Amino acid sequence: MKKTVVTVVGKDSVGIIARICTYLADNEINILDISQTIVDGFFNMMMIVDIARCSREFGDMADDLERIGMEMSCIVKTQREDIFDQMHRI
Amino acid sequence: MINIHEVLETNEMIEKENLDVRTITLGISLLNCIDSDIDRLCDKIYDRITTTAKDLVATGKAIEREYGIPIVNKRISVTPAALVGGSACKKPEDYVKIAKTLDRAAKTTGVNFIGGFSALVSKGMTQSDALLIRSIPEALASTEFVCSSVNLGATKTGLNMDAVKMMGEVIRETAENTEKQGSIGCAKLVVFCNAPDDNPFMAGAFHGVTEADEIINVGVSGPGVMRKALESVRGTDFGTLCETVKKTAFKITRVGQLVAREASRRLDIPFGIIDLSLAPTPAVGDSIADIFEEMGLERAGAPGTTAALALLNDQVKKGGVMASSYVGGLSGAFIPVSEDQGMIKAVTDGALTLEKLEAMTCVCSVGLDMIAIPGDTKATTISGVIADEMAIGMVNQKTTAVRIIPAIGKKVGDMVEFGGLLGYAPVMPVNQFDCSAFINRGGRIPAPIHSFKN
Repeated sequence: MKKTVVTVVGKDSVGIIARICTYLADNEINILDISQTIVDGFFNMMMIVDIARCSREFGDMADDLERIGMEMSCIVKTQREDIFDQMHRI
Repeated sequence: MINIHEVLETNEMIEKENLDVRTITLGISLLNCIDSDIDRLCDKIYDRITTTAKDLVATGKAIEREYGIPIVNKRISVTPAALVGGSACKKPEDYVKIAKTLDRAAKTTGVNFIGGFSALVSKGMTQSDALLIRSIPEALASTEFVCSSVNLGATKTGLNMDAVKMMGEVIRETAENTEKQGSIGCAKLVVFCNAPDDNPFMAGAFHGVTEADEIINVGVSGPGVMRKALESVRGTDFGTLCETVKKTAFKITRVGQLVAREASRRLDIPFGIIDLSLAPTPAVGDSIADIFEEMGLERAGAPGTTAALALLNDQVKKGGVMASSYVGGLSGAFIPVSEDQGMIKAVTDGALTLEKLEAMTCVCSVGLDMIAIPGDTKATTISGVIADEMAIGMVNQKTTAVRIIPAIGKKVGDMVEFGGLLGYAPVMPVNQFDCSAFINRGGRIPAPIHSFKN
């Protein structure tokens, strides 16, 4: 399993999760966990996904998601989970 | 599993509080390049560096991309050149050739600094050391990426006062040679007492002789993150303040450890150490002085600053040590003037003097760093400032350093611009009383009594 964290930040609008999830499904990326919250009026979503079966290079996949985000006026960041694990778990 | 608040906290540190990994520094031994022919030596040095470091920058960028954490600098440190060039270099110009070779290798590999144009003369000076030191002004004026350092003393050896005198002259000459660029040569030249072998930070990085062929050392950063964390404990007691610094340092260092481990794995080069220094940049909010203000001081330099720095440094180490398997390098909060907006403000407001900075270096920080002084400051006065700082390191068994810039043609209150990470600095006054008779004595100051521990 190669856990990756996808975060989406932006103004709430119809279909944000749907577009992201369609891309993930098309690329055989499995969603392990999904949660969302509103911070300072902005929509924040986080997904933990498994990219083990995704054939795209990490950088290309991150670029794709970033582009999809921009089309919906959202910032999409894709990062490997280790950075959060390292920082918040002993 | 990680929750959304933890993810948002990390990303806020990166996006809003300037959390980054300050440097991945690849240490490369050049001992296997030694040759008696200067041209052959330079060819071997160039090949050795460009082969070993060919993937360094690309690997750094890939790690940045995958983890979403900026790695500001990718750098190289090499064996002190005075050890490598001893057999081939017969005159200072030969060492300039080596400096130019290092510069060329830095350009090819895409790193932004290469350190190790260095000599270790804490007790005595070989002919090779003397030639290298004499070549520094020309070497730094004719290269762009080369950093130079000279170790002038150690707790175990005492202070080499002949070298201290010489470096006062060399610093002046370097300033004159790079006058048109704000005497920037001196920003790439540092003198040390107790220089560590595994420091990843410039200008003082070199690959010590106690090191393996190649090693990855990483310097973390995060003054902005620290200041933000302290905002949440305003008005609380020192126990709470210290706990907050410690916990924040842990988080910052863990990111450094992750990056170091990844870089080491991908480059197939062993991981050396994490340097726990809090390193500021000229970016707004990425400042050590701002941390002091958050702690309750009106400006850096106000009474209480030395105590604030002492606790900051100690708690950063306590948090950082637990977060990393190996800690080394300088591991002390840096207090450069030109690279820290808050420090610049403190100097221009008259809150911070050279003498106060010297006092602050007693409790933690690495030394007098990136301080511009009037261009007409005498070489012996510079040597006097160096001797004082080296004495602090020698007696307190810690690393101290001096990176001071006599800004040629400038006087107290003028501004000197270095650009980029080096920032800009207001010219600070230096005590005008003469110390030349003291400096001109020559010889060595013996090692202090408490160094004889055996």
